[in-house]
Parts: sequence; structure tokens; C-alpha cells
Amino acid sequence: MEIFDTFFNVPVLIRTFPLLMQGLWVTLQIGVVSIVAGLVLGLALALVRLYGPFWVQLLARAYINFMRSIPLLVLLIIIYYALPFVGIRLSPFLSAVSALSLVSAAYTAEIFRAGIEAIPRGQFEASSALGLSYRHMMVDVILPQAIRIVIPPLTNNCINVMKDTALASVVAMPDLLKQATQAQALAANPSPLIGAAIIYVAFLLPLVAAVSKLERSYAKADR
Amino acid sequence: MPGYIEIRNLQKKFGSFTALHGIDLDIAEGEVVCVIGPSGSGKSTLIRCINLLEPFEPTSRITVGGTTVERGHNLEKVRADVGMVFQSFNLFPHLTVLRNVMLAPMRVRGTSPEAAEKRARELLARVGIGEQADKYPGKLSGGQQQRVAIARALAMDPKVMLFDEPTSALDPEMVGEVLDVMKSLAGTGVTMVVVTHEMGFARQVADRVIFMDGGRIIESGTPAQIFDTPQEERTRNFLGAVLNH
Repeated sequence: MEIFDTFFNVPVLIRTFPLLMQGLWVTLQIGVVSIVAGLVLGLALALVRLYGPFWVQLLARAYINFMRSIPLLVLLIIIYYALPFVGIRLSPFLSAVSALSLVSAAYTAEIFRAGIEAIPRGQFEASSALGLSYRHMMVDVILPQAIRIVIPPLTNNCINVMKDTALASVVAMPDLLKQATQAQALAANPSPLIGAAIIYVAFLLPLVAAVSKLERSYAKADR
Repeated sequence: MPGYIEIRNLQKKFGSFTALHGIDLDIAEGEVVCVIGPSGSGKSTLIRCINLLEPFEPTSRITVGGTTVERGHNLEKVRADVGMVFQSFNLFPHLTVLRNVMLAPMRVRGTSPEAAEKRARELLARVGIGEQADKYPGKLSGGQQQRVAIARALAMDPKVMLFDEPTSALDPEMVGEVLDVMKSLAGTGVTMVVVTHEMGFARQVADRVIFMDGGRIIESGTPAQIFDTPQEERTRNFLGAVLNH
């Protein structure tokens, strides 16, 4: 069976498995750091975009729109290959994390903003009328309701960031995809690519399923 | 009579539109005042200024119990002493009825959870929904939700209760149960300012009725004066429109 020898070659898969695991570890590092940085930056951006002075709001909006328009690969190439010309030299890891978090922050900001804006004005007014401080209003009333709204789209965004880590292979980052392509070259056989695909799916499928489950249970609670 | 709530030259603008044209009003402690008038007359805006849900012009001045209503650390104190009931209830949907009532006393007054729960259960029983305490607001009817909202405001032991069209969003058969709770509240010493379209309630319960139109107080007096012998043309027209149909 030629197809099995070519794409599902078990000895090749076993031989290259340690390489793929090293790649997975790098992918997870890039992904988790980018997701956390994106969340923090995104929440800050959302608050600035909602409550900042007018011109800061404009800047935040411009940033968000720009980062959502630029292809991630283009941004990554600019950061890694173009910034050194102006004296900013980032390691492949930092380049990948910067590009991923800058873009993720833009999407996260829009998610947080939508979540907070979805809370009716009456909730803010009722909290204020009771004498709750801004902190208590946010912690006890607004954010618990907003979190419920933003968790599914935030998880979706995390999935996208994890998938986009594959682009880091372009800047010579030894992530899962890069290791797989190298293993493929070494073994002169594309099975490691299939192995990488299986690993990506095995990691992300549970997250995808979790989002669907959350969305279903929220839809049920709203009825 | 010295005003517990003193409103001086209250002006409110929304952009180029002037919603309130310099209102002067004193409300005594324990007084029940009903504010009536057509839609857009500024009556809701007026009571929303009392706890600064609407910011007003800097030349205007409102004091509640001697404390000036303004941005700053006095504001939370004023708001803690001034309860408000909204047309759309605005209960916290993620908290049970009991927790809705307990939240502000615990966070603002520092009441212990045990004391707050005891008080909340008393108040819920008083407004006739003691057995619904552990449900979420979404499971209650509009009339029940509005009574929870009244209990939530009362839990802060307010000196003043503001009602912003509390029965306007209710199905007709539920209006009575909310008005009954409000009637039982009148005469307990709490100062009440009620924006309402319920003329029967105003006539029966109010110490004073204020008729507003176009952002001004057109006429004010006892229910008998306003409803039986209105002096102003606009008051007569309004009452004619709402009472004879």
C-alpha cells in the first residue's frame, strides 16, 4: 500500500516522534505566552477604547482596525526581517510572540468591548443608585455578566492563536510545523506532517468542543 | 418648611435640547410627592438628577439631607441613602432574589452576611415574595420583580425613595400589587418622589402633586387642588386627556 508507506509510515513516525514533541513544546510556549499577553493587552485596549479620553479612543480604534486588517504573516515578516533595519532586532521567539499578541490583542479588545457593551445600561444605573463603588459595580455586577458573554468568543480566539503559531516556522522557530517539515526532509517522507496534523487536532479539538458546549448551555439558560 | 431635598435652579441640557429649565423644589422629610405630566416633560430627568444618574448644569444645586449632590466621595453616601426603583426593574440577573437584596448592604454598609440575609428575608416577606427568595429574577413575573427591586432599595434603609414610572412596564393585572407595596411604604417616614401615570395612586397617596410640562413645573398642590381645581390651562388639558377616556 503506497499511500500508507508515504503518508502513514509508522517507523518514520516513531523515529521522528521526539522531534515533533520538541516542536509541540515550542508551539505551546509561543501560544500560551501570546494568548496571555493578548488577553492583558486586549482588556486594557477595550477599557481605553470605552472609557479613555476621546483622542486615545481614536488611537485604540485605529490600532484595532489596523491589526485586524493586516495578514499575520505579513506582520511577522515585517517584525522579523524589516525591524532590524531600524535597529530593533528580536529573536524568532519574541518576533512570533509579538506578532501573535499584537493581533490577538486587537481581536480580544473587540470581544471584551462587545461583552461590556452588551450589559444593559440599567445594570450600571441600578448599581450606582445603590451606592456601589465603581470597583464593586464592576466586580459584583458587570464583569460576572460580561465574562459569561465573552468566554466562547475568547476561547475561539485562543484556538486561532494556537493555530497561527504555525506561522512562526517562517522565522526559523523550531515549532511543531517547522520540526515536522525538517523531519520530513530528513526522512524523505511526509509522514511527520501527518503526525503534526494529528497533534494539532488532538490539542485543539477539545477546545472547539468546549466552545460548542458552552454556547449550547448558555443558549439553554437564556430560554 | 425646610426641604429635606432642596433643588435650586436645576437645569439639564441634552446637547442643544434643554430638558429642565431651572427647577426650584423643596421636598420635606417624610413627604410623598407625585410628579405627573406628559412624556418628555422632564419628570424622569428631574428625579434622575436627585441621585446624579443624570449630570446637571454646574450652576444648579441639589442637596439631600444637607449633603450636596456632586461628583466625589459624598456621592456614594447620598446614593446609599437614596433608593431608586426603575421602570425596567434592573435586577441583577446573575444573582438570586435574596442576593440581589443582600448585595448593597454588604458592600456599601459593611453589613455581615447573616444580618444582611435576615433583613433581606424580612423585606421580601414584607413585599409578599418571601417564598421566591432563592429563585433567579428571570423566573419571576414583572410585578414580582418590581417588588424585589423595591425590597432591594429598602435594604439600604434609605431616607428617600425615588420611583421612576415603576408600573409603566407592567402588565395591567400586576400594577395593583406594586402600588399596594408603595402605598404601605407611604407614611412610614420615608420621603417618596414618584414619577407616575397612575392618577388614582397620586390622588390617594400623595401629599403633594406636581405637574410638569416642557421641562418646567407648571403647577403644584394637594391632590385635590391639582385634580379637582387645576389653575393652569395645560394641567387641565393633560388631566382631561388622561382621565376621560
